[in-house]
Amino acid sequence: MSTIGESWVTTKFETLEDWATRNSFWPFPFGTACCAIEFMSTVSSHYDLARFGSEVVRFSPRQSDVLLVAGTINDKMAPVLKKIYDQMADPKWVISMGACACSGGFYRAYHVMQGIDEIIPVDVYVPGCPPTPEGLIYGILQLKEKVSRDRKRHHDRDQRQSEPEKESFESADARAANS
Amino acid sequence: MQTLAPPIPDTAAPELETVRVKFPEGSVMPQEGLDQPTWIVRRDVLSEVCRELKENPATRFDMLLDLCGVDFPDRVERFEAVYHLYSLQRGARLRLKVPMKEDEIVLPSLIPVWVGANWPEREAYDMFGFKFEGHPNLRRLLCHEGFQGHPLRKDYDPARRWILTEDKIYKPHFDLPEGEDDLFERMTVNIGPSHPAMHGTFRLMAVMDGETIVASDVEIGYLHRCFEKMSETHTWSQVIPYTDRLNYCSSFINNVGYCRTVEKMLGVEVPPRAVWARTILSEFSRIMDHCVCNGTTLVDAGALTNFWYMLQPREEIYGLLESVCGARLTVSACRIGGLIHDLPPDFMERSRRLLEIIPPFIEDVEKLVDRNRIWLDRSVGVAAITGEEAVGWGWTGPCLRASGVPYDVRRAHPYDLYDTLDWEVPVLYGGDVYDRYRIRMMEMRESLKIIRQLLDRGMPEGPHIVDDPHVALPPKDAVYNQMETMIYHFKLVMDGIQVPEGELYSMVEGANGELGFYAISDGTGKPYRLHARGPCLQLFQAFPRLITGGSLSDSIVSLGGLNIIAGELER
Repeated sequence: MSTIGESWVTTKFETLEDWATRNSFWPFPFGTACCAIEFMSTVSSHYDLARFGSEVVRFSPRQSDVLLVAGTINDKMAPVLKKIYDQMADPKWVISMGACACSGGFYRAYHVMQGIDEIIPVDVYVPGCPPTPEGLIYGILQLKEKVSRDRKRHHDRDQRQSEPEKESFESADARAANS
Repeated sequence: MQTLAPPIPDTAAPELETVRVKFPEGSVMPQEGLDQPTWIVRRDVLSEVCRELKENPATRFDMLLDLCGVDFPDRVERFEAVYHLYSLQRGARLRLKVPMKEDEIVLPSLIPVWVGANWPEREAYDMFGFKFEGHPNLRRLLCHEGFQGHPLRKDYDPARRWILTEDKIYKPHFDLPEGEDDLFERMTVNIGPSHPAMHGTFRLMAVMDGETIVASDVEIGYLHRCFEKMSETHTWSQVIPYTDRLNYCSSFINNVGYCRTVEKMLGVEVPPRAVWARTILSEFSRIMDHCVCNGTTLVDAGALTNFWYMLQPREEIYGLLESVCGARLTVSACRIGGLIHDLPPDFMERSRRLLEIIPPFIEDVEKLVDRNRIWLDRSVGVAAITGEEAVGWGWTGPCLRASGVPYDVRRAHPYDLYDTLDWEVPVLYGGDVYDRYRIRMMEMRESLKIIRQLLDRGMPEGPHIVDDPHVALPPKDAVYNQMETMIYHFKLVMDGIQVPEGELYSMVEGANGELGFYAISDGTGKPYRLHARGPCLQLFQAFPRLITGGSLSDSIVSLGGLNIIAGELER
């Protein structure tokens, strides 16, 4: 990013988009258990997650881009979590908060999923039972870094735009028949 | 091993005999030598025995506190259903045990006697496969519908999981009034489980007639984490962290409740310093819990500011807990026989500072909402329940006291230091959401009063944990330098505390009501059976009754006012 004079900035569109995305995460707090209470502490006045641009908590998967799984996910909840992940629009990221979401924690039991990565991909694992708010904030900062590092999604989009539409065999056959 | 036998109370109760003799010889047998009066009842007379116990003026057991199953694979009568009854008028308890052979695990449903038998029976069906004749909706309560087998049976592998497929998802059961012809089309609304108003883990299905709920059903189990099975696979001390995660808003009280149960079984006396600290920290935890409850209830009604106001005292109390044990939320600060560490040197100053910080937050919230027109409209008369009905559902705690029943374990069955202190049990009579909110505000003040008196008394001198190498880990420098102490340390870590054979029910006043632990020990280092009686199950099973007839928006506020903590509800 470079500036020209006082009021002009030149940059690549991708850089601008990254900058905006990583400073304004809209988390979907999928809070089920103890970790959700620590998440509440993180967003309230003492720790104030708003300082990191992530205070707009959205309970609709359509409006959020970070799925923050806070708490134990058991086998009964698993289909719900999967459905919510599927409903979120790309680009989307997942933070797994706490030991239970990361690995099942100390519930090695008949009804507890041994980590949410059994069903959805996870970008940042935050350890702790529950993690302290500092830990969660650190996890969100890690995700910020990951977003600016992650060029893949731009690459995918550029690929889609630059690739000429492939001619199908059928249309080629039809052209040959006509000529 | 030199542990004392637990003291056996005088269980000969003449009024119980008057009921017992009414039944045929051999069908109701008293069992001697336990912590509370216990009868072994044949299942064919169970229903009549319970009705008689409830209605006979000499006994008046008006509350079914708890129902759980136990599995003894080596016995001929393999299963045992254990009922805990309570009489509010007399403050008396009774345990009924119903032994059953494996091929005849059928019991009469007790819903006609106590309406609150509903969910406990479903839980026993889920966990052990007991069938309850006459139950209107005998389906799994905690495990999902694709689950096979009954997990708390001893032959069930603790790690055996089942996958929930879409076609098996719970279908709601509605108690629709029959024959009612309506001009308008009814609509079924589903809320949750992932919905902010359902606190993330409950599913409400309501049949709506316009704005009014005509029937509803609730599904739970989205946070069932197998506490009871896990405790059977861990040693007695290893269970302490699991108890934290029952009611995670006030985990210290759970620690106290569990440790007291084991201490009673061992016959260990906790040093005064630990008892003093336990009482103070329990009351601080109660304040934390009430803060979350009232804060979130008000958020559900749209009053967001109060949420920030109510969470700040929590942060301050976290600071104290962190200085005591290093953790904020899930503290595990109790040990069997005392506390994890000695108290920090600045414990008194920190606690005194909290006594100054917390009241302004309570006052601010009261100023904002106590006479706020919107809050009054949303809460007064909403989800009201009479005391009598609440007792029938098995309610305890602040919600019961808001309905005019002054039952508080700290007053009715004092433990720790509560009988030596000057404090009151607040009681209100409306039984609605507003009174539940008010009673929590009043209780926070009472808790502060208790803490202030204890701080004025000063910290008792002495050790923070009992000096018994069979129960408490010895100090580390002694472990490294003395052979005998090292052996004790090794035995305690490898084998765990050896709790003598027996069974016991012990209770404390949790932030939501009576928190009881029913423990059975077979003399090995692990609990044979540990059942947690959290107050939430009984509170939440009345939820469809509370909201039916009201509007959908009222149901949201009612849920907040009950303070259902999923970890404790589903364990």
